[in-house]
Amino acid sequence: MSRQLDIALTVNGERVSERVEPRLNLVDFLRDTLGLTGSHVGCEHGVCGACTVRVNGTIVRGCLMLAVQCDGARVETIEGVSDSGAIADLQEAFTRRNALQCGYCTPGMLLTAQELLARGGLPTREEIREHISGNYCRCTGYHAIVDAIEAVAQQRNGSKA
Amino acid sequence: MKPAPFAYAKARSVEDALRLLREHGEGARLLAGGQSLIATLNMRLSSPAILIDLNEIAALSGIALRDGDVVIGAMTRHAEVQQSDIVASHAPLVAAAMPHVGHAAIRNRGTIGGSIAFADPAAELPACLLALGGRVEIAGATGTRMVAADDYFRGLYETAVGADEVLTAIRLPAATPASRFGFLEFPRRHGDYAMAGLAATARADGASLKDVRLAYFGVGMTPVRARKAEAALAGGDVEAAVTALVSDLDPPDDIQASGAVKRHLAGVLLRRVTAQMDARIESAHDGGKA
Ligand SMILES: Cc1cc2nc3c(=O)[nH]c(=O)nc-3n(C[C@H](O)[C@H](O)[C@H](O)COP(=O)(O)OP(=O)(O)OC[C@H]3O[C@@H](n4cnc5c(N)ncnc54)[C@H](O)[C@@H]3O)c2cc1C
Ligand code: FES
Ligand code: FES
Repeated sequence: MSRQLDIALTVNGERVSERVEPRLNLVDFLRDTLGLTGSHVGCEHGVCGACTVRVNGTIVRGCLMLAVQCDGARVETIEGVSDSGAIADLQEAFTRRNALQCGYCTPGMLLTAQELLARGGLPTREEIREHISGNYCRCTGYHAIVDAIEAVAQQRNGSKA
Repeated sequence: MKPAPFAYAKARSVEDALRLLREHGEGARLLAGGQSLIATLNMRLSSPAILIDLNEIAALSGIALRDGDVVIGAMTRHAEVQQSDIVASHAPLVAAAMPHVGHAAIRNRGTIGGSIAFADPAAELPACLLALGGRVEIAGATGTRMVAADDYFRGLYETAVGADEVLTAIRLPAATPASRFGFLEFPRRHGDYAMAGLAATARADGASLKDVRLAYFGVGMTPVRARKAEAALAGGDVEAAVTALVSDLDPPDDIQASGAVKRHLAGVLLRRVTAQMDARIESAHDGGKA
């Protein structure tokens, strides 16, 4: 058995110190060690995007990063981002437009969409599709998701002007 | 699935990484962005005894223009390359290819060195390196050496980088006003590995293309140069170039597409990529009007 290592990081603004096995993925650490089950696990090889979380401000695959690599990092999950209110409009638009059904893809989809929207401007539908191309949704057929993201982009742009 | 247990060490410098590689021998693997490696560990396609993490070596990342080359450190993330002004102005082929490398979250973590070291035959960046005639900088026990792209790719997932070496940077000749490039790929879904793709460069000489380099990806064990087609294209004959592909390429069937489909796509790619390079010649003559 390989030696466990101590890590200290912040998760959703709170300091966390744990002892972990090197092979533990970030998303399993978040779900199983910390009980933050908002991030989901689908394929475990980088294809589906269900495990999307933020590390030091950018979105990453939680299944393709090790917990030991997050020593000193700032990790944010759907729980923290949701509580901050930063994506309340996006969540509301997803509900209103039926952009989720089972909800399995939704946490990853929201964080991915928020990264695009945070750049500002009005992304085209093509750009929205490109940006969420790494996130599988087995239910909605994507159309409603693109609608919701587009609506929020317009809303945020309008309210800024 | 979950990976088999392994040990983990952070390398503080390239020398430190080389020392750890020597110390642990066969069972050691370098960890860059992890976007290919951790996926294979999760699937238990490989089970190294120890991962040597390169992520803390600041000296390995960054983009600079040096002696007529665009120099990109091995640990520079795909997303940084994609956003780089130096790359956009001096290595526009790479800038054109970058949006096709995986998806946003993959590009935030994946590195150019990892991509060139892994050398997936369907990957965009190895083909760009080959099309540009770039060089790879490799550090080992006896110092640092430079390997030309034409000598770098050895076989399926096999390169000039030895098991006890670290790829430290890639160098791409900076574009000149006469440089032309074309890039196109056919994936099943945006961001996936392509069924077939083509990265091409040439030098404009009046209305014709000289020094043509055609680097196909997704059609063999490595990125593949289509040398007979290059010669035909430099002679100005696109259809002869398409015909020449029959002897240049012998694509095997894979999970993306059959060899026959890839062969057909290779011809379509060649016509379209040649049109991209020609259009860029015309627009250069028109004073850059699009
Ligand atoms: C869903 C998905 C889609 C993808 N789609 C594409 C795509 O369309 N096109 C594409 O090109 N790529 C794609 N990728 C792969 C991605 O670009 C990887 O980032 C890249 O292939 C490997 O880079 P890395 O930094 O993640 O390397 P790692 O995964 O960390 O390493 C890969 C291999 O290279 C070795 N290595 C890494 N760095 C060095 C170094 N400096 N010196 C020596 N050896 C080294 C490692 O030991 C390992 O064997 C995709 C990945 C995923 C998960
Ligand atoms: S679980 Fe990480 S991408 Fe599918
Ligand atoms: S809502 Fe079910 S997978 Fe997207």
